[in-house]
Amino acid sequence: MELFRLSISEVIHLLETKEVSAQDVINAVFQRIDAVEDRVKAYVTLTREKALKMAEEAQKEINAGTPGTMLRGIPFAVKDNMCTKGIPTTCSSKMLSNFIPPYESTVTSRLSENGYVLTGKTNMDEFAMGSSTENSGFHVTGNPWNLERIPGGSSGGSASAVAADECIAALGSDTGGSIRQPAALCGVVGMKPTYGRVSRYGLVAFASSLDQIGTLTKNVRDTALLMNAISGHDPRDSTSAPLPVPDFTGVLDKDIQGIKLGIPKEYFIEGIDKDIESAVYAAIKKLEGLGATPVEVSLPHTEYAIAAYYILATSEASSNLARYDGVKYGLRAEGRDLMDMYLNTRARGFGSEVKRRIMLGTYTLSSGYYEAYYKKAQQVRTLIKQDFEDVFRQVDLLVTPTTPTPAFRIGEKTADPLQMYLSDIFTISVNLAGLPAISVPCGFTPDNLPIGLQCIGKHFDEETVLRVAHAYEQSTDWHRRKPDL
Amino acid sequence: MKYETVIGLEVHAQMLTDTKIFCGCSTKFGSEPNTQTCPVCIGMPGVLPVLNKKALWFAIKTGLATDCRISSFSRFARKNYFYPDLPKGYQISQYELPVCEHGYIGIIVDGNVKKIGITRIHMEEDAGKNIHEGAGTYSFVDLNRAGVPLMEIVSEPDIRSPQEAVEYMKKLRAILRYLGVCDGNMEQGSLRCDANISLRPVNQTEFGTRTEIKNINSFRFVEKALEYEIKRQIKVIESGGRIVQETRLWDPNRGVTESMRGKEEAHDYRYFPEPDLVPVVVEKEWIDEIRSSLPELPDVKRERFVSEYGLPETDADLLVSEKPLADWYEEAVKLGGQPKSVANWVMGDLMRLLNADNKTIEDCSLKPSQLVDMLRLMDDDTISGKIAKSVFEEIYTTGKAPDVIVKEKGLVQISDSGEIEKAVDEIISKYPKEAERYRFGEEKLLGFFVGQVMKVTKGKANPQMVNDLLRKKLSS
Repeated sequence: MELFRLSISEVIHLLETKEVSAQDVINAVFQRIDAVEDRVKAYVTLTREKALKMAEEAQKEINAGTPGTMLRGIPFAVKDNMCTKGIPTTCSSKMLSNFIPPYESTVTSRLSENGYVLTGKTNMDEFAMGSSTENSGFHVTGNPWNLERIPGGSSGGSASAVAADECIAALGSDTGGSIRQPAALCGVVGMKPTYGRVSRYGLVAFASSLDQIGTLTKNVRDTALLMNAISGHDPRDSTSAPLPVPDFTGVLDKDIQGIKLGIPKEYFIEGIDKDIESAVYAAIKKLEGLGATPVEVSLPHTEYAIAAYYILATSEASSNLARYDGVKYGLRAEGRDLMDMYLNTRARGFGSEVKRRIMLGTYTLSSGYYEAYYKKAQQVRTLIKQDFEDVFRQVDLLVTPTTPTPAFRIGEKTADPLQMYLSDIFTISVNLAGLPAISVPCGFTPDNLPIGLQCIGKHFDEETVLRVAHAYEQSTDWHRRKPDL
Repeated sequence: MKYETVIGLEVHAQMLTDTKIFCGCSTKFGSEPNTQTCPVCIGMPGVLPVLNKKALWFAIKTGLATDCRISSFSRFARKNYFYPDLPKGYQISQYELPVCEHGYIGIIVDGNVKKIGITRIHMEEDAGKNIHEGAGTYSFVDLNRAGVPLMEIVSEPDIRSPQEAVEYMKKLRAILRYLGVCDGNMEQGSLRCDANISLRPVNQTEFGTRTEIKNINSFRFVEKALEYEIKRQIKVIESGGRIVQETRLWDPNRGVTESMRGKEEAHDYRYFPEPDLVPVVVEKEWIDEIRSSLPELPDVKRERFVSEYGLPETDADLLVSEKPLADWYEEAVKLGGQPKSVANWVMGDLMRLLNADNKTIEDCSLKPSQLVDMLRLMDDDTISGKIAKSVFEEIYTTGKAPDVIVKEKGLVQISDSGEIEKAVDEIISKYPKEAERYRFGEEKLLGFFVGQVMKVTKGKANPQMVNDLLRKKLSS
């Protein structure tokens, strides 16, 4: 049995029945990593020794019969923008290549409390800015389905690691589609919860009002299991919601009879890849066959989403990244005086996309431009939120393609930032509105590249999202297909 | 040309919370550098601020005490600029929606109350401190102060003279100290003042171009810096020049203000709403609760001291300037001290002794009850007023009870007419020439005789009896 192929729930079962040990599992995963990582390059840091210790601990508890924690002994990869105490946390940036946090993010502490095993930290677009993981300050990650193609981004390392079975599941972060888009392009399940559902404490900020931690898994049940562990109010994050967290696995097996599915017409536009369009229409048919009712709806302000997003996200980023000044931690490039040190440090520490966004955001917040850009974008954001509120009076869930195209070739769009920004066209509105959304595999192109189906839910209604996604997944076998590595 | 001065003050007050505004670190002053820091106040990647509720409570308290409107919905904003003592590269402050607005503080000008408008009070975090000494070609950064909660209290341009500015500062400081929200220590920097000042010809309604003066860290410097700046601006205007809008730094050693940066070099702080904090929503019940916890404020107390204790305004003014002083005074009165004589002792001997020792009423070991006991000894003629002064000093230094001191030192007043007569006779016979001159009309010599009698009785003789007896005997 190839243990690394398994899902969370399958590994839990084997561990509980003592058919395998936690060490067996982590060893299998590291054997897989050793076999494919030099081609996939999903990770920036592997924590082999720590993982072995964690697995040993987990097994001790299992042997001692200590009451089970949710994720005991399960190997997870974590995107390298979540702080892990004593383990480098770089955001794939030269700026933080030497940064070792003396504190733990809330999500990883929750995983720790649940007995997880950390395989390592995954590659990403620098500071989560990008849609292809090509903006990593260290190396490019390949798409396991075709190593000449990008895995998507910014959580490309996490999506790739899950797709290549270099971990059982992974954490990512999603500011404009950074979990769902790579999940779709790598053929795995990616969930961005409602803004405020999962604590951001310890997540290195890109755009604070949009950033949300979420999951990359091999199936929807695993998403629910992982969501159970990481969700809930955190007193250290004022923007986390003080709401009770349901057992997300509880609704998975409910049928979807009578569920109203909104099909927003603005998401089926000129320029969308034909294979993707037909795969998504087929998925809608499938859902209809399972008892759901599709309804065409309209989100009229969709066309302004990308413009508003790139103003708000860059504005916040320009401020969030000001702390990397060479004074306290991270890279310092010496200079003649203070100003010179600042300039050298930031010139050498940041890559070109990060610099581009800092400049954009600094400009849009500048006196004289604030009203025309930042303020206007906030107003657009309100309209986009209202669009969703309006349609959610008519429907329970929205179904759309996750991406307009399948995975593109490495280097194909790096010279054209605007083209790159368009790859998030279907995912960005969800972040602006703070809604929960998932991407599940819904087919393959003739070139054997995965296609993703996006389900968008109401605020804090992850349950309906998971329930419909699970029903769909269980009626197909797209999620069972594995890349040939 | 006659000019009118227009001044507005921006005051930063460090709040007396135990912990910082967005993390749990201590706010204690004077610790070893960087020992009161954590990932949050150092601005490490990924950490988040959480508002200290007590800081909000203090800001609202101050708003209520200055008659402000308390915003039910206010918001934090980021003020972006680079500086090594600012670990995040931005300061979390309030901008568009401050927690308190539209209040005032009353000051006394020419015997009348003048209202100085409060534009706004907002909360923000303090920055750290750069240290340049002993660091060679580098500078050190101490982040102990980073994240200490501040209130910025912005006045309307209602102040018309440096003296009014000082009155305003003193009143504001008294209010803050009454509320217990700031210790008001200008030297240590827990109360800081920036002043905006402009001139305009008398009767002109538009404001002139203003300058902003920074680094004013004492009441004396408020007055001096503003007086200097008025003279400087008049000189510029009268020599045909124009005032440049700029930030100027007060140099206390040279007694001048100097240009720091002009309008063109002014920072663009790129304010925008702080996305890491939710808006501050203040419930009405909460405001009511804070309002009911407010102490009696200086103005109300002063009026009460005048009406209840019959004190002159000037006495009341001085006594209410500090709450502990007013409390001390009132305790003595409640214990039976005559209000005016208690006031005299407090404002006179007590303040003199405390000032000499550089102490405040809070470190004073002399208790109100001891003063009252001493006043009783005076009232029943056990000691004279003159003796009382030395008894008072003795209580102040030793802490002993007044009657013990009087007994130990044998200071009981001599009111035995026989004993006094003996002393009087002795002195008159010792100075026959002076007695002769007195009898020939040189009446001012009476004082000399009184002095001599007091000398031989070691000051204990009842002065009235000595006077009466001397007059009688010398005239006979």
